[in-house]
Amino acid sequence: MDAVKRYFRSPAAVIGLILLLLVIAMAVSAGWLYPRDPLALAGRPLLWPFTNPRFLLGTDNSGRDIAAQIFYGARISLLIGGVATIIAILIGILVGAFAGYYGGWVDNVLMRITEAFQTLPNFVLLLVLVAVFGSTLTTVTIAVGVVSWPAPARLTRAEFLSLRNREFVQAGKTLGMRDIQLILGEILPNALPPVIVYASVVMAVAILLESALAFLRLSDPNVASWGNLIGLGRDVLRVQWYVSAIPGIAILVTVLAVSLVGQGLNDALNPRLKSR
Amino acid sequence: MRILSLAGRRLAASIPTLILILIGVFLLLQLAPGDTVDALMAQMGGGDAATAEALRKFYGLDLSVPAQLGNYLWHLVRLDLGFSAIYGKPVATVILERLPPTILLMTASLSFAFFFGLVFGVIAARGVNRWPDTLISTLGLIFYATPSFWFGLMAIVVFSVYLQWLPPGGFEDIGTVQTGIWRLLDIASHLVLPTLTLGLIFLAIYLRIMRASMLEVLNLDFIRTARAKGLDETHVITRHVLRNALLPMVTLIGLQAGTMLGGSVVVESVFSLPGLGRLAYESVVQRDLNTLLGIVFVSALLVIIVNFVVDLLYARLDPRIAAEG
Repeated sequence: MDAVKRYFRSPAAVIGLILLLLVIAMAVSAGWLYPRDPLALAGRPLLWPFTNPRFLLGTDNSGRDIAAQIFYGARISLLIGGVATIIAILIGILVGAFAGYYGGWVDNVLMRITEAFQTLPNFVLLLVLVAVFGSTLTTVTIAVGVVSWPAPARLTRAEFLSLRNREFVQAGKTLGMRDIQLILGEILPNALPPVIVYASVVMAVAILLESALAFLRLSDPNVASWGNLIGLGRDVLRVQWYVSAIPGIAILVTVLAVSLVGQGLNDALNPRLKSR
Repeated sequence: MRILSLAGRRLAASIPTLILILIGVFLLLQLAPGDTVDALMAQMGGGDAATAEALRKFYGLDLSVPAQLGNYLWHLVRLDLGFSAIYGKPVATVILERLPPTILLMTASLSFAFFFGLVFGVIAARGVNRWPDTLISTLGLIFYATPSFWFGLMAIVVFSVYLQWLPPGGFEDIGTVQTGIWRLLDIASHLVLPTLTLGLIFLAIYLRIMRASMLEVLNLDFIRTARAKGLDETHVITRHVLRNALLPMVTLIGLQAGTMLGGSVVVESVFSLPGLGRLAYESVVQRDLNTLLGIVFVSALLVIIVNFVVDLLYARLDPRIAAEG
């Protein structure tokens, strides 16, 4: 439990955790605080924040409650960020593990593919995927996951390369364990911690990618997402800039929270690096 | 020479990657609903099936997918990227027209992020764990978490709407015809906000890396030697620490080239700059798949070229690399 103690000794990590819990609380309580559809008409359009107690954060161009959209948007951001991260990490672990464990031509082929994904700009590939498969919540989530796996793959591969010739793996081989047992049961648990920590970076980027896509109106228009709201607010930016400003702060806080928690985990799990 | 051949070999190794990307994206785009002819027919306001058939034959779209792919690659060797039905021009021409603003924007953002990342990184590392370090590191974290398009919009509100210091968008003032230095200044004033917007997240990354790498180099033996020789602190930092601490920064340029190009899609849309990124966005919206494929090719090529330059720079900064090659 040293790691937990170390985590809570860092003020930045604690702040990150509090912010993250706050965003999660928003996502959980959205349906309970705002039982109505957040995309339904609620009142007069373009009410400034704090002018009407019914709409604390005001209303957008078409009279929808901004606060409700922020709460429901937390769900969408966490959902897309979380699921896309899981997809990216799973693909990354699979590719990295096989490349690192087998080496030789398997490594060569897999690394070429990884390189191809890294050479093509993330966001451009994301545009291609959206152009081909459309922009529903599911396709956007999968697309964000599919463009984010190369970095975790490289990380996993590096871990596997350094672990595959250790004594415990040799011992497993001598015992007659099959490759898949060695990869999943022996090496992977040891290779996992840095990859899990890196997941926070993937998640932060995934949330930013989705919000950028939504801002360009290429994400699912039928859900209340922060990026959508910023894109909508752009039409009234000159005077009612708050429509864009508020959801942007929500994105900033969420990404900041995820990064701080990731950094805190990293420092807690690798205490030697911290002292630098 | 040794450096060149080494970097050249890496450049040659990236050709299969480029072909892999093209084949992958080409096959992917086959799954897209609608083709060039559909887009064209929609543009013409509809037409009968026979015209569509003739057009498909004309563009070679009646062939099998492998034959079309072969055709595309064969044309590509002659730098022919096909025809854009939407713009009514060859794709290569459309892209070349849109390339200069993007390259200008990327170069400016990179220089901004690199320079200030370096300066802030050095300041933070010099005062590690004191208030300048805390302030700079906190700002870095916040910049890293800021969505670029949102920062761009807020910058427009502050600097263009309220203060009216800078234009809210566009590449140059089209109302008045300007030449020479005035045109240059006009373009520069249009690029200030986009450069800041695109560069912000990279500034955050660079200053963090610079700080870490400074701290690492400062602990090495040769720095102690330099200090023991009686060199003053400025000399130690500029001549000994900086050169070595720069290596990870330069590596990062290569790694981030693609991200920066992707970021310019969003930033160019915010500031309505007529660049490659905006073209990518428009071709998705207008289903101009030929242009989209061309952009994929050109952006991959750009990333490869940036990495080639980074290899050369790297070898120049660290002579050991060329010697080992």
